Amino acid sequence: MQIKPILTAMRHHKAGTVLIALQIALTLAIVCNALFIIQQRTARMSRPSGVDEANLFVIRSDWADKSDAQRIDVQMQADLIALRQLGSVQDAAPTNSFPLRGNGWDNYIKLQPDQVKMTTDAAMFFSDEHTLATLGTHLIAGRNFTASEIGAQRPRDAMHAAQVIISKDLAQRLYPDGSALGKTIYVSMGQAPSTIIGITDTLQAHMSSSWADAYAYNAVLVPARLLNDYTYYLVRARPGQLEAAMHDAPKALYAQSRMRIIDRKDGVMSFAQVRQRAYERDRGMAILMGIVSVVLLAITAAGIVGLTSFWVGQRRKQIGVRRALGATRGDILHYFLTENLLIGLGGVLVGAVLAIGINLWMVTQFEMARLSLAYVVAGVVVLLLLGQGAVLAPALRASRVSPVEATRSV
Amino acid sequence: MFAYYVRLGLRSLRRHPALTALMVMAIGFGVAASMITWSVFRAVSGDPIPGKSSQLYTVLVDNRGPQYNDEGEPPEALTYTDATALVAAHKATRQTLLYDVAPSVLPEGNQSLPFIADGYATNADFFGMFDVPFEYGGPWHASDDEGRAAVAVISHELNQQLFNGADSVGREITMDRHTYRIVGVTAHWDPKPRFYDLFSGNAFGDPVQLYLPFTRAVDVQMDTAGRNNCGSNVDFGAGREAWLHGECVWVPVWVELADQAAAKSYREFLTHYAAEQQRSGRFHWAPNVRLRDVNDWLDHMHVVPPESRISLMVALGFFVICLVNTIGLLLAKFMRRAAEIGVRRALGAPRREIYHQFLVEAGAVGLAGGVLGLLLTALGMLGVGLLFEPEIARLAHLDLSLVAMTLLVAIVATVLAAFYPTWRAARVQPAWQLKSN
Repeated sequence: MQIKPILTAMRHHKAGTVLIALQIALTLAIVCNALFIIQQRTARMSRPSGVDEANLFVIRSDWADKSDAQRIDVQMQADLIALRQLGSVQDAAPTNSFPLRGNGWDNYIKLQPDQVKMTTDAAMFFSDEHTLATLGTHLIAGRNFTASEIGAQRPRDAMHAAQVIISKDLAQRLYPDGSALGKTIYVSMGQAPSTIIGITDTLQAHMSSSWADAYAYNAVLVPARLLNDYTYYLVRARPGQLEAAMHDAPKALYAQSRMRIIDRKDGVMSFAQVRQRAYERDRGMAILMGIVSVVLLAITAAGIVGLTSFWVGQRRKQIGVRRALGATRGDILHYFLTENLLIGLGGVLVGAVLAIGINLWMVTQFEMARLSLAYVVAGVVVLLLLGQGAVLAPALRASRVSPVEATRSV
Repeated sequence: MFAYYVRLGLRSLRRHPALTALMVMAIGFGVAASMITWSVFRAVSGDPIPGKSSQLYTVLVDNRGPQYNDEGEPPEALTYTDATALVAAHKATRQTLLYDVAPSVLPEGNQSLPFIADGYATNADFFGMFDVPFEYGGPWHASDDEGRAAVAVISHELNQQLFNGADSVGREITMDRHTYRIVGVTAHWDPKPRFYDLFSGNAFGDPVQLYLPFTRAVDVQMDTAGRNNCGSNVDFGAGREAWLHGECVWVPVWVELADQAAAKSYREFLTHYAAEQQRSGRFHWAPNVRLRDVNDWLDHMHVVPPESRISLMVALGFFVICLVNTIGLLLAKFMRRAAEIGVRRALGAPRREIYHQFLVEAGAVGLAGGVLGLLLTALGMLGVGLLFEPEIARLAHLDLSLVAMTLLVAIVATVLAAFYPTWRAARVQPAWQLKSN
């Protein structure tokens, strides 16, 4: 293929060449980073929670009369019995928080009482002996709480959790050699040790923000009912009866006592809703980046079509001359495809550098991960193919210019 | 001449509808993407209390020491002990302290169900410091703070809900089984971001519904509904009293200081206060205090979500690409008319006239792009809930300034983009064009 005449011709329309190359470069830079953001966000969104999401829902009950702790405790136990008796309900448990809730109670976890810096941070899930069965989370070691181990705790009192069950990831973080079961850890600010009696399979914490990614799977189940101004009930519906259970449960609670508030808007939430809320930002970001990428590629392709069409129109006479001198249709087609490939190569080269530059800047600004080179390579391939695809129609039109054109309008 | 150029421009644009549509769409999409993300960004990054933001400072005192504090920074709120002591000292023009409460409110009449209302336990200075507008009545008095009075201020919205918007001053409201006398009803007031309670992550929370005296709320043991941060090495577990007087932070404190001199002397007072705590043996470290004004505080707390910044930047990048695209297409379009330009120039039109003609044509493209952009922006506002979480999405709205800005940005950007193609068009040599025809 004759590259030299193409380069010479390019010098005659420098501005157009540079503009197309620039557009390809900028598009590559933005699309690479956008695709990378989409991948990062969807990866976060598809992390497992470790609970039986299809059948799980949560109810928040605020105590309308803010009664004293003893009455709250009695009421909570009565509520739980009522919930567990419902035909559509498999099991229920009280809690202060749950995976993906967003806000919650997290404590520093220490291995020694006099340790200055924490070993790690973990979500505190107040639980009873039904919690694991309700969540649908299995133990991989040790045992569940027994009913007699479940205490009651007022929020401002010292936390005395003689036994705790911890998540697999927390166990791994605290005792990398796998010997966590039976060891003691310090989960509250107090000096009392807690013995690890069980280790659950994967269980996600309440934190869903990216700053807490390091602690996202650290959870401690504390054997107590938390006697706060409000409580959550985790309810697991029998398979296929989620809707019925979500309908029955608040009614059963109101039948127990009317001095409670279950918010009409979000007092009862299926776990699907919980998950959706937790990842709203990530989903929005992924959608936006998706839209931007698609529109950007479309506009760049359209721009290439437009400018190449103009060049073809401008050079009809030269094309006619070349055809008259013996160039085949294939030669003309090749000429425009090669020209576009050369411009595209220049563009993607600059674009690749720009893409990495933008990513490095975002790493410093937004604590983002480093762009994997696979994305740059994929972006380069996509843009080169896009360029070739876009140029095809005008190039075909050029190849159909008849040699007679050479003789016209002289 | 202008009208003539407009006619010429429109005729030329009609001659190549596909090319024109492409340019208009590029401008439209580019400007719409920028405007949608900008409307969100300006909402989350705006100054919530313009004119006063440099006179309001939040006060921070390190009660944890170098071993336990956050890389040298004091915790993001104060302990009850420090907050009440600093407010009682009265060293600023005005000073307030607050914490987030969520009492259950029982409307009058036994048929109605109780509901949870969001509010703040604070003091009388709060309303004056933050320029809270009143619809009926006014704030309670400092004497009510001292007297731990059962009074309350409710918001316009809560007044609508409870009293159908009637003047409810003097009436009663029941919160957590205690009754309070309403002394004032605020007009709609909802500064965003809610700078005074960033500590509890309420920057974009639902509007506040009620306010009651801090002293009273503490008396009736109304618990904080906001954050409570006990740090790393604090044993608070010994009941409510121990927690209240312990080292957990949960009370944001704000002071109003008229000028830099006042801020300087307040900082000295604060250092003195911390030194006093060190002398008394409570702190075992040198004073470590901060006085941050509203914008400094918003910045420090990273109120603008990174998603909002990233989307604005991506949208601007997108717009730049659309403009590069437009430059290329305009260049093609203008250069195609080299012959026409040659004739005009040969007939005596100066370069200036060529500039006029083509910039007017570009302006028409910009205007069309702006109109399309406006439609897309309006459409995007409906879909903005898909892209941002609801509490942020609801802040974005299409107002007159955004409409004007959309059109202006589209036209100005397109005319700027047209400068290079126009310059090329104006440089066309008449002789060459005439000869080759």
